[in-house]
Amino acid sequence: MYELTNVTKTYNTTKKKIVALDDVTLSIPDGQMVAIQGPTGGGKSTLLQMLGALDRPTSGDVQLGSSTLSKLGDHRLAAIRAKEVGFVFQGFNLIPTLTALENVETALAPLPGSGADRRQRAQDALASVGLGDRLTHLPAELSGGQQQRVAIARALVKRPDVLLADEPTGALDEETRDEIMDLLESFWRDQGLTLIIVTHDSGVARRAERRLHIKGGRVTELAGQPA
Amino acid sequence: MFGTYLRRELVNRRKQSLIISIGMALAIGLVILVNSISGGVQNAQAAVLSSVYGVGTDITIHQAAAAPTAGANPGRFSFGSGTGETSGGTTTLAQSTLTTSRTETVFAATDLDTVKATSGVQAATGTLSLTNMTFNGQLPDQTQTGTTGGTEGTGTAGQPGAEAGGTRPSGGADGAGGSSFDVDNFSVLGLDPSGASVGPLSAVTLATGRLLTAADAGTDTAVLDASYATSASLATGGTIDIGGTTFTIVGTVSSSGSDSETASNVYIPLDVAQTLSSNAGMISNIYVTAASSSGVDSLASALQTALPAATVSTQADLASTVSGSLSTASSLVANLGTWLSIIVLAAAFLIAILFTISGVTRRTREFGTLKAIGWSNRRIVSQVAGESVVQGLIGGVIGIAVGLVGILIVNIVAPTLSGSAAATTAIGGGASGGRSGGGFGAAAKAVATTVTLQAPVTLGIILVAVGLAVLGGLLAGAIGGWRAARLRPAEALRSVG
Ligand SMILES: Nc1ncnc2c1ncn2[C@@H]1O[C@H](COP(=O)(O)OP(=O)(O)OP(=O)(O)O)[C@@H](O)[C@H]1O
Ligand SMILES: [Mg+2]
Repeated sequence: MYELTNVTKTYNTTKKKIVALDDVTLSIPDGQMVAIQGPTGGGKSTLLQMLGALDRPTSGDVQLGSSTLSKLGDHRLAAIRAKEVGFVFQGFNLIPTLTALENVETALAPLPGSGADRRQRAQDALASVGLGDRLTHLPAELSGGQQQRVAIARALVKRPDVLLADEPTGALDEETRDEIMDLLESFWRDQGLTLIIVTHDSGVARRAERRLHIKGGRVTELAGQPA
Repeated sequence: MFGTYLRRELVNRRKQSLIISIGMALAIGLVILVNSISGGVQNAQAAVLSSVYGVGTDITIHQAAAAPTAGANPGRFSFGSGTGETSGGTTTLAQSTLTTSRTETVFAATDLDTVKATSGVQAATGTLSLTNMTFNGQLPDQTQTGTTGGTEGTGTAGQPGAEAGGTRPSGGADGAGGSSFDVDNFSVLGLDPSGASVGPLSAVTLATGRLLTAADAGTDTAVLDASYATSASLATGGTIDIGGTTFTIVGTVSSSGSDSETASNVYIPLDVAQTLSSNAGMISNIYVTAASSSGVDSLASALQTALPAATVSTQADLASTVSGSLSTASSLVANLGTWLSIIVLAAAFLIAILFTISGVTRRTREFGTLKAIGWSNRRIVSQVAGESVVQGLIGGVIGIAVGLVGILIVNIVAPTLSGSAAATTAIGGGASGGRSGGGFGAAAKAVATTVTLQAPVTLGIILVAVGLAVLGGLLAGAIGGWRAARLRPAEALRSVG
């Protein structure tokens, strides 16, 4: 359960002050699938950073479960990211020198558990995204869709409460886009995830229970039923 | 994960790793080589010094001469009436005198007791350094000497520094009916015959006969430097005239370790030397072994306080008196070698740091992503530092190999260096005698030594090299890690580019 109260995020550049999020108040119940849309520079990624404990707001409160993310130090935020939040990025963001299996294992490195246990869980996660036979491939040896599957396995291997995806299909063709969306949706359904997807693609957004629009840092509900 | 990630980075970013490692390797190799050669040069200097001062001498003490007083010039021969045989207007003379050095003055042997009583002194021995000058020749009769040329011939013949003597005029050349003479100098060292563990004779090897023993005290026995004996056509069992007294040659010695001459041409018992040179109870040099090698400097200053009039020199002071190609090598290593090592080391460190920083910058999105999926700053910093340290270590290992190959080449080439210990103490008499007597084909001179340079490898050097490699890696890793720690995890979300 997310509770955002009067969240404002400003960036101070040398020239001017940019208001990326402007007094956002929002709540997202557990297990909801939310799409965030809006023009470029509207503040979508900034909102995702607040939700994903990547950054703290300039003012206002961000609450995830029992944790007030806006008040925690870097170390605590890192621990929350390690345990509770999964990320999927537009550019896949795999470590180029590591194999698919090792990339998935990086998500388990900050968590307790033996090496063998980590390996087994990473293998299972890769198998669950259909890449059980690509364990030792380097990212460069995989297609875009396969790379994004590895990234999804990396995000989900730790069984997070929340999966945040910033334009996960932005770099993929339409067919692959649908495969990836099917995969994300099935995990959302099976694991009771809160799934929040930033997208430019209304085809993707239509699949969500709830659609948010963000422009000039201000959030509006677009369609669907707020829970 | 740490190990896997580290290995993958090193292997997959081979070029960057190699540049850092090779830079480090060159620097480490150079440090090892310079260090080792410097050790070799120091050993060579020690070898030269020990041939002069003996093994285990940490400190030497002598006393510089006061300004010479008129008429007290040592080495002046006095020819009174009735000296020599006069026939046909010329006087044939053969006279030898035994004098102390002009640059040093003798001091009471009780100073040796003062030295021995100083705490920190393990052993000490006193010697009396003398020069024997033998005059052989014919002088024109005083009454027949003309006013030209002859005045010089007679007036200064006895002074070995004078030009007239140096040119060894033969009869008739000066147009005065002729003086013909020869002056022969050799150095004589009076020492404790009982064979002290410290002092000039502690670094010699017996060539023939025997060394002096306690029983030789008070007797006219002498031990000769082997190469001097050869050049003067003298041998064990023969005799030598020292200060007008005939000594029995009981043995010859040569320098151990290096193919140099020993500290003096002739060695005789100290008491005999004192009596013959009218220096009863006097010595000119003290050789000291310190109880601990780390206490040499403090002992030297304690001795200086106890003997304010004396000049107290440590081995380090003496090393600076070594001249010749050895001293050139020494200053080359000390200056060029050291600076080159520092510069190359600094360059290698800089390369490592710059490449690590650029690597971190290139991997901004990678580290941002790892932070976004929960890696703590500490984990990321240790990853970056780990990569740098391993690169440094690889460089260190290659560097040690490079350094050892360099040392091997030096030791195979084995350059010879010559060193001259133009010392102020033991051979002070010889040095000044050699200078003034040079024109006479000087018998006494500074001891020249040829040493083969051998660069030693010590565990210390290797450890220092490994330490430097780790230090370089840590430095680069710390700076790179600091940069990585400052990256915002939100960098992961930046659009592809
Ligand atoms: N680190 C930053 N420093 C300064 N300004 C920033 C920073 N990050 C974002 N901004 C600004 O904040 C505003 C919102 O940016 P944000 O990345 O959230 O937009 P977005 O909706 O994700 O756009 P896009 O669709 O292009 O990804 C923009 O004006 C952007 O320039
Ligand atoms: Mg964005």
